[in-house]
Formats: sequence, C-alpha cells, structure tokens
Amino acid sequence: MSAGAPAVLAQGLTKRFNSFTAVDHLDLGIEKGEIAGFIGPNGAGKSTTIRMLCGLLHPSEGRASVAGFDVDRQPEAVREHIGYMSQKFSLYGDLTVRENLLFFGGIYRVPRQSFEERMRFAISMAGLEGRENALVRTLAGGWKQRLALGCAILHRPPILFLDEPTSGVEPEARRRFWDLIHELAAQEVTILVSTHYMDEAEYCNRISLIDRGRLIASGTPSELRARRLGGDLFEISCAPLGAAVKVLTGAPGVVEAAIFGDKLHVVLGSGGLGAADLPGFLGRHGIQAGPARRVTPSLEDVFVQLVSGGQKQRSAT
Amino acid sequence: MLERLPVMLIKEFVQLRRDRWAMFRLIVPMIIQMLVFGYAATFTVSHVSTAVLDLDRSRASRSLISHFVATSRFDVVDVARNQGDITRDIDHGAAVIAVVIHAGFGRRLENGRSAPLQVIVDGTNSNTALIALGYISQIVSRFSAEQAGRAASFRTSVAAPEIGIALQTYPWFNEALEDRWFFIPGVIGTLTLLQIVSLTAFAIVREREAGTLEQIMVSPIRPVEFILGKTVPYFLIGLGDIAMVSSIGIFWFHVPFIGNPLVMLLEASLYLLATLGLGLLLSTFSRTQQQAFALNFFFVNPLYILSGFAFPIASMPKLLQWFTFINPLRYFLVVIRAVFLKGVGLKVLWPDLSAMALLALVMLTVSVLRFRKSLD
Repeated sequence: MSAGAPAVLAQGLTKRFNSFTAVDHLDLGIEKGEIAGFIGPNGAGKSTTIRMLCGLLHPSEGRASVAGFDVDRQPEAVREHIGYMSQKFSLYGDLTVRENLLFFGGIYRVPRQSFEERMRFAISMAGLEGRENALVRTLAGGWKQRLALGCAILHRPPILFLDEPTSGVEPEARRRFWDLIHELAAQEVTILVSTHYMDEAEYCNRISLIDRGRLIASGTPSELRARRLGGDLFEISCAPLGAAVKVLTGAPGVVEAAIFGDKLHVVLGSGGLGAADLPGFLGRHGIQAGPARRVTPSLEDVFVQLVSGGQKQRSAT
Repeated sequence: MLERLPVMLIKEFVQLRRDRWAMFRLIVPMIIQMLVFGYAATFTVSHVSTAVLDLDRSRASRSLISHFVATSRFDVVDVARNQGDITRDIDHGAAVIAVVIHAGFGRRLENGRSAPLQVIVDGTNSNTALIALGYISQIVSRFSAEQAGRAASFRTSVAAPEIGIALQTYPWFNEALEDRWFFIPGVIGTLTLLQIVSLTAFAIVREREAGTLEQIMVSPIRPVEFILGKTVPYFLIGLGDIAMVSSIGIFWFHVPFIGNPLVMLLEASLYLLATLGLGLLLSTFSRTQQQAFALNFFFVNPLYILSGFAFPIASMPKLLQWFTFINPLRYFLVVIRAVFLKGVGLKVLWPDLSAMALLALVMLTVSVLRFRKSLD
C-alpha cells in the first residue's frame, strides 16, 4: 500500500441481483486512518457494498480497490489486509472465548510469538478477563460484539470493515464499542463502519449517506448538517402525526414535513406558511398542535430531506 | 499448503466433543438400524396363511394336505367347506394362499392320469406370492414323485421307463442361502451412505446459516484447507461407524468374514471419500438446512434403490442401469459382499475399487472448485 493512496477506493461500483440493483454506481474514497460511516436505512445497499469490498461478492460493474489491491482480481491479497465483522453475529457459540480467538488467529496465521499477547489484548478489549473459558453463546450481546471485533483484529489488519456492528446492542455497549473504534483509528487503522443508527454518524470522521444503492451525500457530519435544507427547520408537537404530514405536504411554503420521533419536523421555505401560522393551519384541518419551535437540523433531518428529494427527482424523470 | 488444516481440525473436534447429542446421533441410530435390518430384512417366506378346500376327500387329497400341514412355510388357517369360504378368506386377507382340490383328484391319480390342483394366490404382495408358489411346486413335485412310485409298484404292465432328472444344488459362498448373509453387508453400505452424506451436507450448511462461513470466507484460508477440515473428522467417524456395524454383523449375526480386512479398509476408505464428496457437493448447492435436507432426500433414496441392495441391477431398464454406474453404493456392495462371503482380493475387485476412487476424486474436486470463497 503506497503512502497517500486511499485505503479504499470505489468507482462506479455496481451490484445487480437479477433485475434488482442493490448498489448503483457508487463512488467512494476513504483515506488511511479515517473512520468512514456508511449511513442508510435497511436494504440501502450498505452490506452489499461492504461484501464487494471484502471480495465476498463480485461487482457487476465498476471497480474497487482495498489497500491498493483490486477486489475482483486480487481478492486473496485484499483478505490479507482486512478485518471484517459481518452483520450477523458470527463467532462459534459452542466454542469458548479462548477457542474462538485461537481459531481465528490460527486461520490468519498470527505469528506464534505475538499470539498470546494479542489474545490477551483482545480479551481485555472485550472486557472478558477471567471469562476466557466461557462458552460464547452464554455471553451477553455487548460482550459477544466486542469479542467479534477482537477476533477481527487479531491479525492487525490495516483496514477494518464493520457491517452494522452495533445493531441489537444496548446503548451503553454501543457507546463503549465506539470508544474502541476510536482507539483503533488512533493506531492508524482505517475503518469503514455501516449503521442505520443516525446518532452514530456523529462518531465518524466522514459519512456517506446511502439510499437505494446510491450515494446521496457525503462529507463530515458538520458539513452535511450545514447544508441548506431549503429553509428553516421547525419542530412541532401535534396529533395525529400521520394526518399532519399529509396535510402539510404540498402546502404553500412547506418544503418538507416528516415524523421525527413523537414530533413533527417541518422545513419552511419563504413565501408561504410561517412558523407562527402552523398551529392554526393544522387546527383548521382538525389536528391539535402546539407552538412551532425552531431547531438546528440533525443528520437525520438532512438524510430524510435528501431521500425525499431523491424520490421527487426520480418520480419526475 | 495445508498450514491451516490443524486449526480447522481442532475446532471441528472440539465442537463435536462438546455436542452432547453427537455421540448419540453417530452411534445409536446405526446400531438400532443394523439390528432392525438384521432381524427383519429377509426374503424368506414362512408361515404363509393358507386356506384349504378339499372337494375330493380321498386318501390322495388328505395326503397332499398333510404335506402342507407338515411344513412351517404354510399355516393352514381355514379348512373351507365351499368355494365361497375361499373367496372370503382371500378377500379379507385371512389367507394369502388357497389350495383347492377338486373332486376326482384321487381317482385320476390311481388311474395313472395327471390330476389338476388349483392354487389361488393373493398377488398384492407379488414377492411373497412368487416365493410361496415356488414352495408349493416343491411340495407338489415331492407328492407326485411319491404317487408315481406307488402307482408303479401297483402296475403289472411295464411302461416305458421314466427318465428322472434329479437336480442337486450346491450354492457356493452361502450354502444355506441365508438372506441375512446377503443383506447385512449391504446394510453396512446403506447406513453409512445415509449417515455420512447427511452429516457432511449439514456441516457446511450449518456454518452458512450461522454466518460463521462468511467470516471464514473473508480470511485467507484456502478452500482445500476448509473442505479437508470439514471432511477428515467425518471420514474418521465413518470408519468407526463401518467398523461398529460390521462387528455387529460378524459377531452378533454371525455373517462370515473370510476376506482380507485390509481390502475392507481400502474399500471403506474409498467409499467414504465418495459419500463425503457427495455430501459436500450437496452442501454447495444448499443455502439452508431445509434445502440440504430436501436434496439429501432427493439423492439418497434413488442411490439406495439403484444400487443392487435389494433389487437386482440386471432386471432394471437399461437407462436406470446406466445410472447405477455413477452410484458409489453399487460398487461398495459388490466389494463388501465379495470380501465378506467370497474372500476374493484386489485381483478380482480392482475394477469396482477403481470406480469408487474415480467417483470420490470427481466429487471431491468438483466440490472444492464449487466452494469458491464468494457468496454469489
């Protein structure tokens, strides 16, 4: 891997399953030592992209290189340089913590002299000291997931692919996991991590928003947040939420209306409804509403807007 | 080339040892099925329920009936009074065979003429019917030989001397024609086929379902290291299974083993490699355990039928006979029966052993090639 070359580079990467396009001409560049986030809803094509980058799936079109090796033509060279944690929990439940580490260290041929030390590191990283002989299936989710990370980095890969590593893990364990990811990044490990938790995007250096196989935006979290939503963002409590979205969509001055938790987020442009008009407007449609409050947009707001913008574009063509 | 194989093997054996049911699954069904087959699988027909209708009531007819009563092959369950009784017995399944002696039977015999005997057979089980008919013709020919002797001694005028041909049969290798000797070596082959094909097919599919296969695929492990890691344990288990059920056959059912144990070991090894290869091949076509199960069912039953285990290959339609050539069980049965009962060695058996080796080679190679480290 030459210095300065991107750790991961994809150009026009495409994967089709019969008539379904899972990944659609994706361009991607990840610098060494970066934490790159892949954000998007389930089925957006995140896993398929990561699997292509790991050499598990052949791209239908386009090309990608990892650590300077072409993923399609030199998959074995790629495998020597990467660690991978798949979406599904994938350690052996009927083996102990130690046996799992011995197995994965063995198939990566971790040198004998450093094996013990790296195993101890993985065990302490997972917080499993004293439980080396526990069967993995008896561990709680957070421990399993940290142990899986430990197994994936036993051979010290310079590039790490983590496919939704935090799905199904409680928030406290998720936060601890992200601390580990930052520690690894501090050691110059390049990390590509996918998630559908929007709040986790904030932990990444750069994020790529993906929807229906397409890259819809990329940049640092603050860059993306600073993007104009096409107006100002207001939060309003009202009920019922669904009816409110229906009424507001297409109303004069309303750029976007979306449910956000138990509230409504509304983007208002100029020359239509003002923030002060919202409760009254909703009330006329039989919807109870509190006062509108201006909020700073989160990444989720940006994402929702980008996705619906993309839909409008697609339906227009 | 195979540096990672020890790691794979250690993992497989640890998993196997930890599987509390593994020992049960690998041993108990084999023993039970061997015992069931050993006792139940037989073509010998005995205690056939028989109805008798004697419309002649002569000395000759009573003598013929006593021949049927005397043998354990037939149980006379009904002495019928009219044709209606016979029909009812057969319809209700009370009797499988009915012997009807018509009036005039004894008189015709005394006059030195041939006398017809009516036998009604329930043909729904054609195999039993055929074999029972064979026994009946034996009984009848013994009876007519007796009658002929008696008639000759009465007769004063000497007719042309009858030419009698007596068939003396001396079957080789199985003088008593014990079905068990034929079946038990075959059962060893069929049980091993069922056991090994399903074990290997499921071993890989289970990892695929658990997601661990994906984790292994992104590692630098070579396909051949992974495949060998999955097959060597089952190869050893297969050898153990064959040794176990063979011992039951030899020591419990007293099937003679007069061949060379080393030839047996060689054929067992080749056969196991072929069945492992088949299991692996099926697993490369299955995404889930259900698919593996369905494929297993689809392949193993025809293999069993088209092997010569119970149904002679020579009687099959030509097209199906060709299929038997790609069936490892076909060759295994030839060799194991020969090793057990005939005691012949490599000089005779090399064509069948080579065929098994070739099948094993092809199936293992194809499964290694098909096991690309990719998900599509």
